[in-house]
Amino acid sequence: MNKSVQGFLKLITDALRDLAPIIIVIAFFQIVVLQQPFPNIGGILVGLACVVLGLALFVQGLEMGLFPIGEAMATAMTRKGSLFGLLSFAFLLGFGTTVAEPALIAVAAEAADIAGQSGALANTIEAKANYAFGLRMTVALSVGAALVLGVYRIVAGWPIQYFIIGGYILVVVITFFAPPEIIGIAYDSGGVTTSTITVPLVTALGVGLAATIKGRNPLLDGFGLIAFASLTPIIFVLIFGMVA
Amino acid sequence: MSGFFINLVEVTAATVLDVLPIAIILFVFQALVIRRKPAKLKRVLIGFVYVLMGLSLFLVGLQEALFPIGKSMAEMLTNPEFLNIEAGSPVRWQDYIWVYVFAAAIGFATTVAEPSLIAVSLKAQEVSGGSLRAFELRIAVAIGVAFGVSIGAFRIVSGTPLPYYIMAGYGLVICQTFLASKPIIPLAYDSGGVTTSTVTVPVVAALGLGLATSIPGRSPLLDGFGLIAFASVFPIVSVLGYDMLISWLRGKNQSSSKKINKELNS
Repeated sequence: MNKSVQGFLKLITDALRDLAPIIIVIAFFQIVVLQQPFPNIGGILVGLACVVLGLALFVQGLEMGLFPIGEAMATAMTRKGSLFGLLSFAFLLGFGTTVAEPALIAVAAEAADIAGQSGALANTIEAKANYAFGLRMTVALSVGAALVLGVYRIVAGWPIQYFIIGGYILVVVITFFAPPEIIGIAYDSGGVTTSTITVPLVTALGVGLAATIKGRNPLLDGFGLIAFASLTPIIFVLIFGMVA
Repeated sequence: MSGFFINLVEVTAATVLDVLPIAIILFVFQALVIRRKPAKLKRVLIGFVYVLMGLSLFLVGLQEALFPIGKSMAEMLTNPEFLNIEAGSPVRWQDYIWVYVFAAAIGFATTVAEPSLIAVSLKAQEVSGGSLRAFELRIAVAIGVAFGVSIGAFRIVSGTPLPYYIMAGYGLVICQTFLASKPIIPLAYDSGGVTTSTVTVPVVAALGLGLATSIPGRSPLLDGFGLIAFASVFPIVSVLGYDMLISWLRGKNQSSSKKINKELNS
């Protein structure tokens, strides 16, 4: 019991250390640069206490729940030898976690607004809703496809850099043909697809796979799934902007 | 105070909805494909509850304490009155120095606290057997984000096209890929995707929007985007750079110790 209390205290101090930079930056700009008083200091302190406690709990839960289950899935699938099962799991994980992602819903709605204003699209609510929905599906499908490709890469042991460099070249080429108003959104969409819960799970899945499959190195082969999931949306959204 | 609890309930509900698809997929595959009870099921379930509670508290706390003040800060700093810019005068990028400083500082600070980055760096430390330190990796990523968001703010102020910057970033990453040591490469690529989530996006997006709204000739819809893209490319550069720096320092140490050995032997 004493040990777990000690462990949790360590998590709390880690969380405090992680938050210290934000507190320092905000305080410095508020007091020195903007020379404003802090509004509602009590509320801020309560909020900060929540942030610290929340971060400590999250890290604890990571080690207990998300990491083990991700690795256990990888091990179990490899033992079963079902590549199809593994790839369909990867696809569903990518698609399922992205399609309902609040950040993506917000970005898709803004993109539809831009398309409506620029005249690329009829400026009606219905046309915009269709456009936003299509964009969301495109991104979700692209993340699903990315994880399938990424998992297959781990199984096959292909080096990652050729895929990523190839992806970059593709992005650059398509940029020249895509409508200018979609480019900013497309580039940003790579960053919004991977949520805080998906990342640990996907990372554990990749590392678990690389650790179970003979001849794979967890560091060389296990990482890289997130990279795929952040690159493909850029390509797909650019193409969507050209087609739609 | 009651507003706080209403907020907590709402955020928790949203987090549960976020986790739900993942939980369903995990459950279906356990039941249909693997058909075996996972080991330590009770511990895993408790872990999930911790993750849910932790993330909800984290988000509510951010909404109560940091986001409002961070956003109003971004608005104030981009306000022409604060920057002593006369209305109608042409845009000069030099007038916005505080904006770049703020962009770098807040990009760094929010990235250090980013939970998904914590997760990936912990895993990297574990997998590398401790030769990669989780905290050092996070600092390297945060420096990349700081640099990226700051340049991104400069881009909005100067009104230069986004693709050139991103392409330059890609070019740098490709060159570094050939120079860096192999094991860091996948991890570096991953670090681009994990920097921008819960903490960084709201504050950085507010900064971009504030800048694009207050600078004449910029449209918030067209120019407000792109900061996240900067924050996803430049961490790759900085993590690869961190690896190159470490190899270089190590090489220097080795050659100097060789020298000492030689001198001792002779």
